[in-house]
Amino acid sequence: MARFLIRRTLQGLFVLWLMTVTVFLIFFIGPGPGAVARTLAGRQATPAQVAAVSHRLLLDQPIYVQYQHFIWLLLHGNLGYDYYHSQSVNSIIAAAFPITLSLLIGASILWLTIGVLTGILSAVRTRSVYDRTSTVLALLFYSMPTFVLGFLLILGLYYEFAIHGVSVFPAPGTWVPFSENPAQWARALILPWITLALVSAATYTRLTRGSMLDVFGEDYIRTARSKGMSERRVIFKHNLRASLTPVVTQFGLDVGTLIGGAIITESVFNLPGLGYTAVQAIGQQDLPVVIGVVIVASAGVVIANVIVDIFYGVLDPRVRLN
Amino acid sequence: MTYNYSDLETVGELPAEPVLAAPEAEAAKKIEGRSPWRLAMDRLRHDRAAMIALGVIIIIVLVAIFAPVFALITGHGVYQQFRGPAPPIGLTPTGQPVGPTSAFLLGTDDQGRDILVRIAYGARVSLFVGVVATGITVGIGLIVGLAAGFFGGLTDSILARLMDWLLAIPFLLFAISLVSVVLVHPIGPIRPGLPVVIIVLGVLTWASVGRLVRGQVLSIREKEYIEAARALGAGPWRIMFIDILPNLLAQLIVYATLLIPLTIVGEASLSFLGVGVLPPTADWGQMISAASSVYLYGPWWYLLFPSVALLITTLAFNIFGDSVRDAFDPRGDLFV
Repeated sequence: MARFLIRRTLQGLFVLWLMTVTVFLIFFIGPGPGAVARTLAGRQATPAQVAAVSHRLLLDQPIYVQYQHFIWLLLHGNLGYDYYHSQSVNSIIAAAFPITLSLLIGASILWLTIGVLTGILSAVRTRSVYDRTSTVLALLFYSMPTFVLGFLLILGLYYEFAIHGVSVFPAPGTWVPFSENPAQWARALILPWITLALVSAATYTRLTRGSMLDVFGEDYIRTARSKGMSERRVIFKHNLRASLTPVVTQFGLDVGTLIGGAIITESVFNLPGLGYTAVQAIGQQDLPVVIGVVIVASAGVVIANVIVDIFYGVLDPRVRLN
Repeated sequence: MTYNYSDLETVGELPAEPVLAAPEAEAAKKIEGRSPWRLAMDRLRHDRAAMIALGVIIIIVLVAIFAPVFALITGHGVYQQFRGPAPPIGLTPTGQPVGPTSAFLLGTDDQGRDILVRIAYGARVSLFVGVVATGITVGIGLIVGLAAGFFGGLTDSILARLMDWLLAIPFLLFAISLVSVVLVHPIGPIRPGLPVVIIVLGVLTWASVGRLVRGQVLSIREKEYIEAARALGAGPWRIMFIDILPNLLAQLIVYATLLIPLTIVGEASLSFLGVGVLPPTADWGQMISAASSVYLYGPWWYLLFPSVALLITTLAFNIFGDSVRDAFDPRGDLFV
């Protein structure tokens, strides 16, 4: 176990390092340094002023000098300062992260509940009307681009009410911290939660259904039934536990990916989470912010993968970590 | 003689004893072996949902091919802005889009352009990117997966690490970064717009295909018939492409069919985020993005119709892809 964790941590750090190098390269191949200095210096700036800005931000240094500087700060837990407002990237990420996390926690609870429950019902009542309906709905939401669903929800559930003077959901872009007012926090996030949850739940319905049906064919299920075990116990104790492995994998991957920001959902609902922040920063070629989000996002994926692997062992004792 | 020659062609072998008495011929026909491909095609043909989805896909393809016909019939060019004063008028006096009317069946957009015509042209972008980028993904994944699984050793270690790394990158974030760089600094043939979108969607996403192929190759490599081929003196290339590749085709086809809708959504997402296809090219994602800033003031049609077009397309491909998978794998133990 310890060896497994050490090896995976080292692999994860290597991936993170590769990621920072790649982002640096992309930035320097692209318009990055020049564009940033020119924008900051203003339209009327003389070349000397542009050069001065470049110098202040170290942008006139060779790429490896800047990379060294970045790594040096990073080793001290400092992600640097954004080019435009000299704001600390740590604080930018610290401000955006709770929003992404709030979105993720609510949505993941919703999608896991909806997905796994409908999956179980579908598997238990195969080929019933219920199963067919849920299969069709799952396919529909699986095919639904996130932004399409988001806008349709805004159109149908926010706009229609708003033009009749009823305010059920606040306008998109509203964000209330949980610590300030939990009820308002939830109210502002319901539509984004539903959007993210419905789009994701479909995968879980399909996974749970398929994997439960597979397990129902196993010998030990027949044994359990012939021992006179109640069907409920067979389903939840014997089948579900074995069926959850692919669900856990998917959940880990999804959460890992979304830690770096639910880019589309945040853009649709104007929620200034990590994804939204990253999109804005990319538009401005604001390298420190982009790298900061990329590090958080990649770390999310790497950590999620390790947790998934550990969970395998818990769910299925046959799996040995090495 | 009641041999059906078209059947024989797909089976690929001639009857050993062509002259049989009538009843014996009947019996021979009944037990005639059918290749897995044939069985899959038969199953697919009897799947009503699959056939409807295929019909929808064909219609979308036809719409894409004959998009100029829409422009011709309506008389509205894809870039033509109907700002008045000559009818038909595509913008209200306050500059707002016009809803569905007899002149503009699906209404106009914020530039006074015909949404119907633009949706038809948008189908070209979606399908083109969907098919070409998926082709690149599957092509690279196949080659890398084959090489990693077949050669093993150091090659495998390096390629497997590369795939791990690709799978760990936050795809959308990276795609946006890359595309935004190219938007200002074209790198050789990688120009802004379609080329960079196709390359990003094709090149960043092959790792999952590579992993799938690698896993399959690892198990196929140990089979007896590969050993037999080697004993007969077959070289590595022959074994890879003649002996192993055909066994991967069914899975690759299923994977590609299910990848196309994902790629189409990917393209629409990039365009939606403003880093995809360049305006004024008609594109569904871009139409939805442009509509998103105005639809709350009334022009719901601007948002709704491109969204529906996108949804129908991805849905049709997903239904068809699901059916293809079921057809190749009715017991559901090949693909998870």
